[in-house]
Amino acid sequence: MRKTFDPTDAVAGAVFMAFGLFFGLSSLLRLEIGSALRMGPGYAPLVLASVLLLLGALILLGSLRSAPEAVGRLAWRGMLFLLPAPILFGLTVRGLGFVPAIFLATLLAAFASPRMRPGAALLLAVAVTVFSTLIFSVGLGLPFRRFGPWLPF
Amino acid sequence: MDLLSNLSLGFATAATPWNLLFCLIGVILGTLIGVLPGIGATATIAMLLPITFELEPVSSLIMLAGIYYGAQYGGSTTAILINMPGESSSAVTALDGYQMARRGKAGTALAVAALGSFFAGTVATVLVAIFAPPLTAVALKFGSAEYFSLMVLGLVSAVALAHGSFLKALAMVVLGLLLGLVGTDIYTGDPRFTLGRPELADGLSFVGLAVGIFGIAEILRNLEGGEGDRTILGQSLGGLWPSRADLRKMVGPMLRGTALGSALGVLPGGGAVLAAFGSYTIEKRLSRNPEEFGTGAIAGVAGPESANNAGAQTSFIPLLTLGIPANPVMALMVGAMIIQGIVPGPNVATEQPDLFWGIIASMWIGNLMLIVLNLPLIGIWVRLLKVPYHVLFPIIIAFSSIGVYSVKGNAFDLFAVAFFGLLGYLFLKLRCEPAPLLLGFVLGPLLEENLRRAMILGRGDPSVFLTRPISAGLLLLTAAVLVVMLLPRVRRKREEVFVEGD
Repeated sequence: MRKTFDPTDAVAGAVFMAFGLFFGLSSLLRLEIGSALRMGPGYAPLVLASVLLLLGALILLGSLRSAPEAVGRLAWRGMLFLLPAPILFGLTVRGLGFVPAIFLATLLAAFASPRMRPGAALLLAVAVTVFSTLIFSVGLGLPFRRFGPWLPF
Repeated sequence: MDLLSNLSLGFATAATPWNLLFCLIGVILGTLIGVLPGIGATATIAMLLPITFELEPVSSLIMLAGIYYGAQYGGSTTAILINMPGESSSAVTALDGYQMARRGKAGTALAVAALGSFFAGTVATVLVAIFAPPLTAVALKFGSAEYFSLMVLGLVSAVALAHGSFLKALAMVVLGLLLGLVGTDIYTGDPRFTLGRPELADGLSFVGLAVGIFGIAEILRNLEGGEGDRTILGQSLGGLWPSRADLRKMVGPMLRGTALGSALGVLPGGGAVLAAFGSYTIEKRLSRNPEEFGTGAIAGVAGPESANNAGAQTSFIPLLTLGIPANPVMALMVGAMIIQGIVPGPNVATEQPDLFWGIIASMWIGNLMLIVLNLPLIGIWVRLLKVPYHVLFPIIIAFSSIGVYSVKGNAFDLFAVAFFGLLGYLFLKLRCEPAPLLLGFVLGPLLEENLRRAMILGRGDPSVFLTRPISAGLLLLTAAVLVVMLLPRVRRKREEVFVEGD
């Protein structure tokens, strides 16, 4: 019977249901639920997770009766280069030290835009590194090691 | 005169040279990031938040207030000059502000926005100073049941005022509440949903979540392509100062906008947005030539800008008196206060009067700095708009990474940034508003704690929430909001209003 179907709402509903299931099942299996008088650590999460599961189901059902809407373009390149940038910084800031870590993270993030040329990216990364070392490490005196133990000097 | 002595205590705290300097830096940074197209006040504050943590509590909150006003004004500037409002509340400003700019009156529009905001900010600051203390006294009488009911009302109203689907916004709140519960249970010490990671014992990183879901997600959306081709108006800004006739035209809208904004700002869930929309509608109705609206009416800039700023200011009232954030920006303030070791709520006013009044005074100082600083510097902000986006965002990423890391020196928080950046982008694409999630996240632990305490005090009988009159009243209001929102007619109307605003 259905004429239209909205995939974004369907995915949204499914995402909410997945979160509901995760929180609900972990509360049921791992946590003490307790009673209304003495609520255990699992009581509130279980109630909330059930509500979320229900809301997700309602949204999913609703998607069967609504007109599809365009999702638009996805920022694949952005996700590929941008999201790993903070992770790279986190992984290297102790080992390599603050200066190389911020340089690498900025360089990586710069490639998220197709408009950035390699030379310009390099220049930008150097500028950001110098600037942030001066501000955060020298100026504000944050306790970062500028060069870490992974480096030979 | 209690008010005067309190205010002078506040100004004495806020107006030390160091604090003034931090407020100034905050205003500059806030404007700097806020004028970036597509980045609203919430994203700006989320990304600048970590920088303030190194300071003492008073200075850091004063700097945050400066960032807030700067970010807001930056948003209005982009709305007027390139028709790209960073936030829904400045979407209204874009309607007529951009048209004024197209007719060569960009300078006037920017000045009108600044003057309107300043006037509204001044009035609203006085209102906060007058109403915060008596409300604090009321709030001290609140028990767990009242707190719980008030938070439920706040969350439901936030959902009602969010963009788009009501069900999705409700689901976002619930998901936020659940994410807020991750970490060690305060009563039993059991780890909850930590996936065995010791880093999650203190809960998910608030800063990581905020930066990811607002900042990173917003940048990803801007990277979708077609980022070029934005026409910047106001190569010549035209005269900055409004003519006498222009000034006369803005007085009425400014006064009405301020009144409306002050009243609505106290409401939980983004009263400032509602106030801006409301003011625009009122001015259009009252105007002798309504056809002027949409083609560059001064009233269409002055009214909503005043309403928006007044609302932004008075939304500090529920935060300062009850510790309950009225909108995502206030939720960020709560996060900042907690990291500074301050528990927001009625006790702040009595235990730390210098902090309490210092924040109120700094609001006005922040507003003043805006007008002293931003109007003369407008040329610089305009030039900044011309810096290509692909140069700006790696800088933003670098600074937010440093900021997040500096909070606890914990690399795990940076992984959280990436995770929530992805999640936030997913939700943007699925047309789910992130603001309710952040509110839920901040309120989750408070809500659960008060629920458990109320149930213990009520001997496990849920009727405590209904037998205590204040609590019952608040829940009744919540039910009313829910019923009204689910009425098909209101639902359709609400969707229309938000579509019109976009």
